[in-house]
Amino acid sequence: MKMVVVAGTPGSGKTSVLMHAVKDLLRAGHHPALVKIDCMWTEDDARFKRLDVPVAVGLAKDMCPDHYAIYNFDEMLEWAIAQGADIMLNETAGLCLRCAPYPDRALAICVIDVTTGPNSPLKVGPLLTTADAAVMTKGDLVSQAEREVFRERILEANPGCRIIEANGLSGKGSAELAQLMAGWPDIDGEMVLRHNPPLAICTLCTGELRIAREHHRGVLRHLDGFMEYTGE
Amino acid sequence: MMMMEINSEIVPLTLTIKGGVDKEGHPDSVSEIDIAPGEIIGIVGPTGSGKSTLIADIEQFAFADTPSGRRIFINNQPPAAELRSNPRKKLVAQLSQNMHFLADMTVGEFLRMHAKSRGKDPRLAERVIALANTLTGEPVNPAFQLTILSGGQSRALMVADIAVISDSPIVLIDEIENAGIKKQEALRLLAGEGKIVVVVTHDPMLALMASRRIVMKNGGMTKVISTNEDEQKVFRDVERLDGWLTALRETIRQGEVVA
Repeated sequence: MKMVVVAGTPGSGKTSVLMHAVKDLLRAGHHPALVKIDCMWTEDDARFKRLDVPVAVGLAKDMCPDHYAIYNFDEMLEWAIAQGADIMLNETAGLCLRCAPYPDRALAICVIDVTTGPNSPLKVGPLLTTADAAVMTKGDLVSQAEREVFRERILEANPGCRIIEANGLSGKGSAELAQLMAGWPDIDGEMVLRHNPPLAICTLCTGELRIAREHHRGVLRHLDGFMEYTGE
Repeated sequence: MMMMEINSEIVPLTLTIKGGVDKEGHPDSVSEIDIAPGEIIGIVGPTGSGKSTLIADIEQFAFADTPSGRRIFINNQPPAAELRSNPRKKLVAQLSQNMHFLADMTVGEFLRMHAKSRGKDPRLAERVIALANTLTGEPVNPAFQLTILSGGQSRALMVADIAVISDSPIVLIDEIENAGIKKQEALRLLAGEGKIVVVVTHDPMLALMASRRIVMKNGGMTKVISTNEDEQKVFRDVERLDGWLTALRETIRQGEVVA
């Protein structure tokens, strides 16, 4: 069993790029199964089902969707095995940029939208810096020069990563992406995350609605970077 | 126009397009076309006929891995994988339809970064700006934010960038319009010495400057027309007409009365 985790901010084109890659995988005789993780609602499963592949949806509701995915990976794998799959594709919700839901032995793919500008690769954080491959989307909306500058910025953030220029509309790049997935080593043994999850828990995580520091406890960081602990 | 030294280090090559299929899966009527160094070749056809797809096939050195199933050969051989993606080795420069920059950077910063991505000297940025300023009437300054440039300034900067930084043996141009720049001079600059230029255009002057043109229909390459002697005569008429129109436009822009 191979495992692929696809992350990237909302609207970056994860689903469209994956749809094309799944078609290429099917054509090459592989058996992909898909798990879409989202927060409140998704209709991506209906799009994937049109490809006639097994699809499962997990909604994290009020939980962090990345954390939810991480402690449910074994369940996802069991499900994929039961479907007769040889590649389990997990599309993440794509929300905050603090952690990265990449297990060490999975193929980690970060989908990144070129139209967000050449500074965005520096903002994305571990989602990009710990990925094996960066998939650049919407390159048809900018000039070749801007695509090349963007690529340079990705390499500044993650010098070793493979860059694939893809287009969710035309399917450009999907063959290369499918080849990368099909050639990735199988997972085995115990896996660990590539990057540590966000530090500590704050009062907001447990439901506090009031703003301003006086209402909050735990490890808090000030605007100037100073960290303090308040509480019992 | 002030002529500038480009010091091109281009190694000329031949480009071969091997036919694939149209939108319905029927084979291209043009099964193969070879393009020699120094040739300007046009791509024509109505909207949705597959012109941009053909340009994209060439840009990414398609190898039966795009929806068209076409294959691109360089010097009669399939190009190595690294040539497809690494900008430092890239054989293709592309001037696309998109005229506006989205990058939140200054002109100078952007050009230095682009030179770096192509493995070139960042000081080339100054030459790009000087060259761009010969193509547009509104001067570009390195301290300008990219996002505030006008259409003409963006286009002039992109043309100059391709001539200086993305200096490559194959140049792809998708619909070069007269957006505030001198189009014939721009095409001549882009063509350089021994380069292959593939240009999508319906502008009679630019289309007839090409020695041949590929006709697209429903996603397929249907035929190749060679520019014959009669067409070359028409080209000279169009050139005169274009010169006249350019002069009239300038007269009107200067607030003078057309005589």
